[in-house]
Amino acid sequence: MQSPDRKKHGIHDIHDIHGIHVASRRRALGALVAGACLLAVRPAAATPDELAAALRETFGDRKIQKGRVKLELPRLAENGNVVPALVSVESPMTEQDYVSAIHIFSEKNPLPRILEMRLGPHNGRATVSARIRMAGTQQVLAVAEMNDGSLWSTAVDIDVTVSSCT
Amino acid sequence: MTSRIGPARIRVPEQAKKGDIVDIRTMVEHPNESGFRHDNMGKPIPRHIVTSFNCTYNGREVFSATLHPAVSTNPFMTFCLRVVETGDLVFTWKDDQGGVTTATQKLTVV
Repeated sequence: MQSPDRKKHGIHDIHDIHGIHVASRRRALGALVAGACLLAVRPAAATPDELAAALRETFGDRKIQKGRVKLELPRLAENGNVVPALVSVESPMTEQDYVSAIHIFSEKNPLPRILEMRLGPHNGRATVSARIRMAGTQQVLAVAEMNDGSLWSTAVDIDVTVSSCT
Repeated sequence: MTSRIGPARIRVPEQAKKGDIVDIRTMVEHPNESGFRHDNMGKPIPRHIVTSFNCTYNGREVFSATLHPAVSTNPFMTFCLRVVETGDLVFTWKDDQGGVTTATQKLTVV
């Protein structure tokens, strides 16, 4: 492997005639590097703190208990742009006892909120699915809100090969 | 450049028995640009996403959703519905640039 410097000189020596072409290629490369720097400077991911803040903002001080919620994601997502997510909640879905909302959160996407779905006894079954974006390997959180105000949740790990620029 | 919203694709059984729980699959064609991407010159691509979705069954809301930028291109969602009567299911998507798409599907109780 040549060092970048030698490579640069090489291009000049051999392809001087294509100077314009080389220059435009270099400009494009510069833009690419600038883009990469921008990405590095900007806080590109929601930190667990931001997730905690989003949870507090959505649910207040209510306790989020573990259980009753099942979140199905592929163990390994090759493409973070389209990740199928299936959430089902144990609930009789009657007028007296039903799931009023299902929320999906991410700990690593630029924004912690992904999707909120509101349902009721007329749905018959608390099963929903969607296709979502995942910016990298992380944990995904599904929270179900019951009509009595109680909150139930589950967190699932997902490996993402090519992450989405959510 | 503004992209149009839609068309929508819905999959609902045409007929069902009263009391059945049916699966409803919905999708709307939409770029759902997250606003976090940059073009190849490093310029940010402006956000353009579907922000809300709802479904009514004979005028009564049976499902609604708030969508954030982490929903994939061509937002796809499924949910369940308990069949109670013959009627129209109306699906509405709205985006953050004023775009609206609606789709209607008749569900017949046999």
